[in-house]
Parts: sequence; structure tokens; C-alpha cells
Amino acid sequence: MKKTTTALVAGVLAALPFAGFAQDSSDPIVIPIHNWSSQIVMSNVVGQIFEANGNNVEFVTTDSQAVYESVRLGDVTLEMEVWEGAFGASFRAAMEKGGIVDVGDHDAVTREDWWYPMWTKDACPGLPDWKALNECAALFTTAETGDKGRYLDGPVDWLKHGAERVEALDMNFTVVNAGSAAALWAAIGAAEADKTPIVVFNWTPNFAEAVWPGEFVEFPEWVEGCDKDPAVGPNPNALYDCGNPAKGYMKKAAWEGMQEKWPSAYSILEQISFTNPQIAQMAKMVDIDEMEPEEAAEVWLEENKDVWSAWVN
Amino acid sequence: MSDATTQAPAEIATLSRPRGAVLLVCIAIFLTALQYTGLLPAALHRLPEALVPNFADWLDAIFNFVKDDLGLLVLTRWLTEILQWFLDVTGNLFYGKRRWPNIGPIPWTAIAAAAAVLGYYLGGWKMASLAAATFIWTALVGQWSIAMQTMSVLVIAAPSAFVIGLSLGIAAWKSPAFDRGLKPVLSVLQTLPFFTYLLPAVIFFKVGPTAGAVATTIYAIPPMILMTTLGLQKVSPEVVEAGHMSGCTKLQLLRHVYLPSARTEILVGVNQVIMLCLAMVVLTAFIGMPGLGAKLLAMMGSFKLGRSFEIGITIVLLAVTLDRMSKAWVAKQPEHFERGTPWWQRHFMLVIGTAAFVFFCIVAQFFELASEIGRRQSLSMGKEMDVAIKWFLNIEWVKASTHFMRAFVNVQILIPFRNFLLSIPTPAVILLVTAFALWLGGRRQAITAAIFFSLVALSGWWDRSMITLYSVISAVSLAMLLGLPIAILAARSEKWSKRMLLVCDTAQTFPSFIYLIPAIMLFGITDIAVIFSILIFAMVPLIRYTIEGLRTVPLEVIEAAEMSGATRMQRLIKVELPLALPTMAVGFNQAIMFAFFMVIIAAFIGTQDLGQELQRTLAGTDLGKNFVLGICVSLMALTFDLTILKWSSDRKRLLGLGE
Repeated sequence: MKKTTTALVAGVLAALPFAGFAQDSSDPIVIPIHNWSSQIVMSNVVGQIFEANGNNVEFVTTDSQAVYESVRLGDVTLEMEVWEGAFGASFRAAMEKGGIVDVGDHDAVTREDWWYPMWTKDACPGLPDWKALNECAALFTTAETGDKGRYLDGPVDWLKHGAERVEALDMNFTVVNAGSAAALWAAIGAAEADKTPIVVFNWTPNFAEAVWPGEFVEFPEWVEGCDKDPAVGPNPNALYDCGNPAKGYMKKAAWEGMQEKWPSAYSILEQISFTNPQIAQMAKMVDIDEMEPEEAAEVWLEENKDVWSAWVN
Repeated sequence: MSDATTQAPAEIATLSRPRGAVLLVCIAIFLTALQYTGLLPAALHRLPEALVPNFADWLDAIFNFVKDDLGLLVLTRWLTEILQWFLDVTGNLFYGKRRWPNIGPIPWTAIAAAAAVLGYYLGGWKMASLAAATFIWTALVGQWSIAMQTMSVLVIAAPSAFVIGLSLGIAAWKSPAFDRGLKPVLSVLQTLPFFTYLLPAVIFFKVGPTAGAVATTIYAIPPMILMTTLGLQKVSPEVVEAGHMSGCTKLQLLRHVYLPSARTEILVGVNQVIMLCLAMVVLTAFIGMPGLGAKLLAMMGSFKLGRSFEIGITIVLLAVTLDRMSKAWVAKQPEHFERGTPWWQRHFMLVIGTAAFVFFCIVAQFFELASEIGRRQSLSMGKEMDVAIKWFLNIEWVKASTHFMRAFVNVQILIPFRNFLLSIPTPAVILLVTAFALWLGGRRQAITAAIFFSLVALSGWWDRSMITLYSVISAVSLAMLLGLPIAILAARSEKWSKRMLLVCDTAQTFPSFIYLIPAIMLFGITDIAVIFSILIFAMVPLIRYTIEGLRTVPLEVIEAAEMSGATRMQRLIKVELPLALPTMAVGFNQAIMFAFFMVIIAAFIGTQDLGQELQRTLAGTDLGKNFVLGICVSLMALTFDLTILKWSSDRKRLLGLGE
């Protein structure tokens, strides 16, 4: 008697998924947190949406490059900000190894290029044109670069090809690589004190726009193939003789097992899409208004009900 | 020479060593001269690419085999589950993570009160106020919950390191064969850059607090093993004899005779474990360690100097408190009571501590502020500190002097030195290092040095290794120029020695990441900023050991010098410094080790060395390369370590200074 009951229960349970009662697992969805504020707030926003959906959520702090290996292994469930420029390579490498899926793009576009804070323009009024920048090269000299201007590029592993561009466009600049984003901010912060002209690698959306208003340098516009075919771009004999694409993607990525394990959370994730102003606002809440990220997420959800309710249904 | 003539066998060794060294240096100079005149074949300048073995791919293959085919991953993932359970429990107790037993978080007042009572028990009122002040500060600046996230991992990692270290230490003491096998592993572990620990920790133990706990534990184990073995070896035969006579079994002998007798060394090991655990707080944030480190990185990412500084202060306070407490525990002798003393009297402090803890737990139920202080009520001074830092950096003379240093030290000295080092042919560098090892250490050290540096050349990362070496040498030389005079001055009085040592403790536990930002703001993204940040860190052991060495010169010797009418300067140069030199050499060695550690972190400023490449491997796909790079750093560091320590112990024996 007892045996038959057990068998029956087991049978019913096994049949449940087919009966259309597919339910999210009660295991926590693990959301990674990196070291820049917009990403932290966005992750908290998404986490709170999932919690409202009845999921369990857990956050884990990780390095923004190392995270892709963890998503692949399923230790981390998703990644909210995959930047084309900064993380495209790591993301593609993980895709090739398998275990990670592309869950679509945000509305937000990303741009990464040579950038200067507004006070630089006072000293070199021809900006943002790159030729004007080149004529002002003397303003950007440092003790180490001699009579050439210094352009502070991102870390070498971001592969921004600053040196190649300087050569391709025959610019009067020397490229120095910073070791981290924090190093770039420190350099801008140091220049801010007496408004020393400075040109550095920067990207949008990020917090720096709110702290130091500035502009991107306008290089010859990006043409497809500029990085592969020397004939493309103003210099017929060189690669990288254009600016970066002004509209890079920002993707969402997830562990490939997520759809099966948390189907309803996954379908929400597919719908989620943030815009540039929304991301800037999230960064501002933490970086300027000094809120804690969790608080900022609550406030954002409160203020933008119409935005996220569309994703949930 | 007079020493050497008295000992015939030693004579041959001491005479031939300098000669051998000179010979090697001559060959090196000859090779370099050939290179400069363009006569040296390219293959002798740098190892041709084709001859570089593909270590990285081989290691990857071995690694994948062990991980998947031998099923190591399954085993470690199973261990991860267990570890996760423990971390969930402490996570719940310390910061209210929603897991079993679901009773946390413990109110901050209760923890502060319990810590104060413990402080009083270990070291009186002073220690009590230090402990209480630390926790109250943490709560008041609004860092309580992140500090507790850190603590929730450390209270698992530190005891694990203690237990594993103690067991391995006992095993190494029991079996000399095991000891011989373990020693080299420990040396490599102690010199391996932390980035090399992080990646395997993530893969085997899952990103998050588990990987953080494992990396911290592994990092903290080596000194515990060494101290345990040392303590057990020192137990005097009489005590053991007494144990035997009272009929102890083997286990009883260990539990009741050996371990209590080695108490002091074991507790010093505990102290080291705690300090190393705290040193890893920020670094492990890269692989998911929550809390102070993660917050610090986020603050640095958005250029909030003041608040990064506050987090640094919290870490230092925690470290100093735990350090002082554990040291007080070393000094405290076990209390003994008369037979028949009631239980509460024997454990009076425990009763008081528990009472205070329970009292505040109850109070916290009624007053919210006693249980938690949020960001809004906190007294953070982050913004004000930002202003102060920027003000300092904008002072005219500060700017003028940093500009001078950039224009002179960087352009005239550092960059030419780097270029020179890069221009020397590979075999010449190997010969120079071998000569150094032969001169200071001996033949064995010389052979090791030659093998180690040849391996670095074989790894294919020679140029980057040389840049790493250049940063280390420059920073340590500058640290000596600055640190030795400071230490010699401080060593003249007891009071100043103590103050200086406190500064050293602070500098050592202050998260090194925070130095990086001011270094960049002062010197820009240049070699000098890199060297400046290494320098601060490397000066600590130099100062500490120099003070130590000078303060422990036997009093009789000093008196003898004074009686023979030596001036203060003569006494210092002819008597104190020579006697302190072996101890100072240990400090010098530590400085080099610290510099090798810090040079990797300095990659965050912007370098072209091994650290930068290591940082790139964090993306997680190049485990083999990560390991090769780590070993390069380790081999170079070990070469210096072995040579200098050999010299120091030889010298000590010669001077009759124990060991």
C-alpha cells in the first residue's frame, strides 16, 4: 500500500513540469557585483525585481573580467553589463568555451575613445577636432614625454590601440598606459587642481561625466573594417586610423542553465533593457548623492514603476 | 682575514668565493661590452622565441587532466558545499544573511562589549579601550555591516589556517622526510604572487566568500606550520622525560607535554595567521570576498579617496587590535586556582563577558541605534577628507618637489637604469646574479641562483621579469636610503622605537591599494609612482629589523665600547651596526620579499612588468600562463631569499649571536 502511494507521488511530481507548472527553482540566483556604481545599482534593481517575482537572490562581488569564467561554470547566474569594448573579448572567449548565453542588448549604447575634461578646451579652443588636438600637443607634455604630448590610454589588456592610432594619424603624442580605471580617475583628479590640460581614455556611460564634464575627441568617423583593412580610413597604409565606433553594444549574458532552472526569471531578464540616461541616473545616486547601492535601487524602482512593470508582465 | 686563518677549512671557501664571484662579473661585463659593440650574436642576447618551451600549454593540459579526468573538481566542489554551510552560519550571525540559524545579525553593541571584556581579560584597561574603540569607530562611520561581512569570512578562514597549519607542523616535526618535502613548497607559497592563488581558488571553490576563504587560508598557513615545528623542536628533553615518567601515551605526550611547552611559538604563529588574513581582505575582493575589500575597490573605482581612507583605517584598527590581543595572549601565563574554587570564580571574565553580551542583545531589541547604525546616521568624514587630500596635493612646494623628482629622479636615473638593465644580455644577468649568490651565500646558493634565473629565461618572459626586478631593486635601494637613517635615529631611545614600530604596523596593515591613488596624484602614471608605492611597503621591515637589531646589541658590548672611549658615532659604526647587521639582513630580505609582493599590485598604476601580465590572466582563461608568470616572480624572489638568509645565519654564527 505504502509503496504504491510513494510511486504515485513520485509519478505526479515527475509529470509536473509537463503539466505546464514549470516553476523557478528556489536556489538563489547569483548576481555579480563589480567595482563601478552603475553596475552595482543596476544589479540591485534587477535583484529586487527578481525577489518581487518570488525568486531568491544572492549577490557576489567579483572581478569584472574573471566573472565570465564563473558564469560559464554556473557559479554566477548572469551578468548585467557586458560592454562591447571592455569585456567583448572575455565574453567571446567564454562563449567559445561554452556555458554562457547572450540574452540580448540594452537600449544603452557605449562609447569609448579619447576624452578630455572641459577645462582642457579653454587652453585648446579648436577641440573636439582631432587635428586641433594635435596642434595643441605641446600643452600635454610631461617630464617623461619630452616635447610630445601625453595621451593616457586604458590598461594594455583593454586593447584600445592608442599607440597604433597615434602612428597611423602621425600625431605628436606619446601613449602611456594606465594600469586601472582608478589610475585614470586619479590622473584626472590630479589635473583638476590647477586645470592642467589632459587627454585620457574614457567611456560612457559612467560616473565621470557627472563629476568632470567633458567631451570625446572627434576622430575620423569609424568605418567598418578600419581595424582590418589598411585601405579604409584617411591613411591608406595603416590600420586604426579612425575613431572607435560611437555606438558599441551593452549586452546581458547568462549561464546557459538559467532558462531551465529559473524560466520565469529568465524571461524577465530577456525583457530588461536600460537606457543611457537611466544608467547615468543610477550612477549619480551613488556617486554624487552618496546613497548606498541598495537604497539607490529601491528609490529607482519607486520612481520608475512604469519602466520596469512592463518587463515583469 | 684574521678570522679565516684560524680556521683552515673555512679559509679555502672564503678565499675562493670572492674570486669566483669576480670572475663571473668579469665575464658578464665582457658579454655586455660585446653586446654594446654589436658583436654579440642575437641568440646570446635574448633566448630565441623558437627555443622557449610552451610551458603554459603543458600546464594547462596537466591542469585540465587533474581537474576533470582525475575528478579533483568534484572533490573540491563537495568541500565547497561544506565550507558554504559554515560561511552561511557565520554570515547569518554577523550580518544577517538569510540562512540557518536565522537569528542574526548580532547587535554591534553586544560585539563591542564582548570584545572590550576580552581585551580587559588579556591586557587590562588599555586593551579593553582599544578593542571597544575599534568596534565603536567601525559602527559610527557606518561600516559595521561591511566590516562584519569581512569578519564572517575571517572567523572561518583564520581557525582553518590554524588547524591545518598546526597539523602539518606536527607532521613535519614527526617526520623529517615530510619536513624536507614541505619546506620548498612553503617557500614557493610564500613568494608566489597572490594573483596566482586567486584564479585556481575561483575555479575549484566557486567565486564568492568560499574562494575568498580558501585563498586567505592558503595564504596564512605557511608561518603557522613553521612556528609549530620550531616550537616543538625547542621543547627541552627534561620536560619530555617527565612526561614519559608519568606514563603518558603518545597522544597524551603531545597534548599535555609538547603543545603546552611550545605554547609561545604556536601563539606567535596564531598572531601571524591573523595578520596575513587581514592582509588578504582587499585582494580577495577580486574573487568574491564580500565586505571591506569589495567596498574599497568600489570606492576607488569612483574616485572617493576619503571613504577609501576610512575603510583603510578600519582595517588597520581591526588588525592592530587583533594583533595586540593575540600578542597579549602570548605573554599571558595560564592562571591556576586552588582546588575547590567555584566555577564562576575560575571563569569570572567569561561570565562578565557573556552577561554584557546578553545585556546588549536585549537592549538592541528596544533601541534601534544600539543594533544598527545606517549610512544616514553615520559620522563619515569622507567628503571632508577628499578636500583635505586635494588641498595637500595642491600645495606649491609639494608640487614643486614632485615635479623635480619626476624631472630628475625619473628621467635621469630610473629610466636610464631600466633601459640599461634591459640592454644587458640574458646570460650576463644570470652570471651577475650567480656571482651575487656565490659571494654572499656560497656554492649551493650560486648553483640555485643560476638554475632559477635560467628557468626565468626559459619561460619566455625575460624582459618583463627584468622590469619587475628593476622596480624591486630601485625601490629597495631607495627604501634603504630613507629607512636606515630613520631606524638608526629611532633606535636611540626606547620611546621613539616604540612609536616607529607602531607606524610600521600601521603601514603594513593599511591596504596597499590606497597608496596607489596618492602615488598617482603626486607623480602621475610613471615609474616613480610605482616605486614610491613599493617603497612605503618595503621600508616597513627594514625599519623594524634595524631597530630590533640595534636594540638587542648586548649591553656588555656597548659598555665595553663606551669604556674604551668610543664616541657615539664610533660606537654606532664600529660596534652596534656590525653586530646588528645579520638581523638587519633579515629585514633587508623581507624588504625584497615585500617589494616583490607590492610590485604586482603596482600594476594597477600602469607598468610593463610581470604584474601587468598577471592582471590580464584574471579574465580566467589562461591558467597555465598565470602559473608560469607567478613562478617567474617566485623564482626571482627565492634566489634572493635563499642567498641573504644563508649569509645572515653564517654571519650570526661567526659573531656568536645564537642560532
